[in-house]
Amino acid sequence: MSNTAPLAAQGAGVGRSGRVALWARGFSRGLAPVLTVVAAILALWYLACIPMNAPQSVLTASRADIAVDPESPSDRRGMSGTALALRNPGVALSYAYVQDRPKLPAPHQVSVELWNSTAVLAPTSPRSLIYHAWVTLSATALGFAIGTGLGILLAVGIVHSRVMDMSVMPWAIISQTIPIIAIAPMIIVVLYSVGIQGLIPKAVISAYLSFFPVIVGMVKGLRSPDSMQLDLLRTYGAKKSEMFWKLRLPSSMPYLFASLKIGFAASLVGAIVGELPTGASAGLGARLLAGSYYGQTIQIWSALFAAAILAALSVGLIGALERVLLRRMGMQQ
Amino acid sequence: MTAQPVIRAKDLNLTFQTNDGPVHALKDVDLDVSKGEFVSFIGPSGCGKTTFLRCVAGLETPTGGSLTVDGMTPDEARKARAYGYVFQAAGLYPWRTIGGNIRLPLEIMGYSSSEKARRVKETLELVDLAGFEKKYPWQLSGGMQQRASIARALSFDAPILLMDEPFGALDEIVRDRLNEELLKLWDRTQKTMLFVTHSIPEAVYLSTKIVVMSPRPGRISDVIDSPLPKERPLDIRDSREFIEVAHRVREGLRAGMEVA
Repeated sequence: MSNTAPLAAQGAGVGRSGRVALWARGFSRGLAPVLTVVAAILALWYLACIPMNAPQSVLTASRADIAVDPESPSDRRGMSGTALALRNPGVALSYAYVQDRPKLPAPHQVSVELWNSTAVLAPTSPRSLIYHAWVTLSATALGFAIGTGLGILLAVGIVHSRVMDMSVMPWAIISQTIPIIAIAPMIIVVLYSVGIQGLIPKAVISAYLSFFPVIVGMVKGLRSPDSMQLDLLRTYGAKKSEMFWKLRLPSSMPYLFASLKIGFAASLVGAIVGELPTGASAGLGARLLAGSYYGQTIQIWSALFAAAILAALSVGLIGALERVLLRRMGMQQ
Repeated sequence: MTAQPVIRAKDLNLTFQTNDGPVHALKDVDLDVSKGEFVSFIGPSGCGKTTFLRCVAGLETPTGGSLTVDGMTPDEARKARAYGYVFQAAGLYPWRTIGGNIRLPLEIMGYSSSEKARRVKETLELVDLAGFEKKYPWQLSGGMQQRASIARALSFDAPILLMDEPFGALDEIVRDRLNEELLKLWDRTQKTMLFVTHSIPEAVYLSTKIVVMSPRPGRISDVIDSPLPKERPLDIRDSREFIEVAHRVREGLRAGMEVA
């Protein structure tokens, strides 16, 4: 940076300091588009609540002796929510956001439930989402660790052995074509029959989903050095192990982190899916399942959001780790 | 210049088997290189100049004839660390500093850490990059990166330096400077240089011996011993001797093309 002010600083001509202009530009580039999209989604969501919840709104109103348009319930039965909302706009609007079990809960209802089940309740309470998120996260983390380790090991084998290259990769691909929802109950039943239950079966399903992106990314990463770089090491008389530690592994780091981000998201899905068929009593999956049993839509949506927030935080954490590591390695400018 | 050849190729042949049939990359190559010589290999693409260098380095295996490097087979010479190799691209590791890149061969060859530090410092001074040890490759210009890669090849003090179009990707101004510096480096280190290039002025300016090669099959069409003095300022390129040698190289290249 020079000490003199640039002749044409950003915003210099419009009476703002360069710093403010820069901030404004950063805002318009970064935050503003995000907020616009969020606002649009929220508006659409609120709007959708009216017709989605209209049948229930009209029913509640008629029970409270408020006049509703087709008076007889049998006439209303075949009507769509949109038609009901159009014929009873006042009722549909006033009851859309206050139901206990709405078909589509409004954003604020989900937010309140999220707040109550995280901040208000003690984390040890069985109704606390923090408790359930922790149960799911521990299985996710274990599965992610197993999957990542397995993926890296297999990738190293594939890169160094032609036999493994020919034999492992097709199976890895085939393994991912089987729907996890079909194989998850089998894994749980088989492991249960040998006396393993609880965290491990869920972690196994997590690992099953997360090893694949890691193996694909690491094979690509370990093979990323070009022939010139390999030849150079050969001229030094380097051993295969030295080629691995000094060239292949460092070259693969950007690929590894890209894989880890995908792998973690897959792990979380695996852990949640692993909680569904067991009728597990704890975990975000269990929370989703219980919510759908009892028509607790608000609970379902808040569990969904908890899972999404968990994934976003974790992937963000991996991204931060990546930036720190790559910067320390001098690979990010 | 002593008579003992450092590199001796006799009837050297190399045929690659490809899907389109065999390709004769080197045919009956005979060449002796004495200690301390600066030999340039020039010729069009496919003439086998890089292949010959790779044979010397033990990166390709000849299919016929004999080749000795420092009295050993190329493979033994490679294991004895008889040469440093500079590629067209600098190929520095982005995750290592300049010093770390130069340390790379020393780590593999098992030098002690004090020896490593000493050699890194020395070779950086040799290529005029002192003070850049802690910088990362992306902080250096293309010419500086290539100098660092030469330092990396020099760090373990091998008697032979093999250079495969090291300045091919650089602009002419930088290339002129590096050529001048390379001559100084050669004078100071007394190494045997094998230098592959596409450029006639570069070959004539640098070399004591110019090997003109021609393609299909790759072979030597002329070997020119340069009459130029060892002391070579850049403006020697306007002298009559220089132009005469350049002319002979050009003639050799043209003749090789006509036969093919």
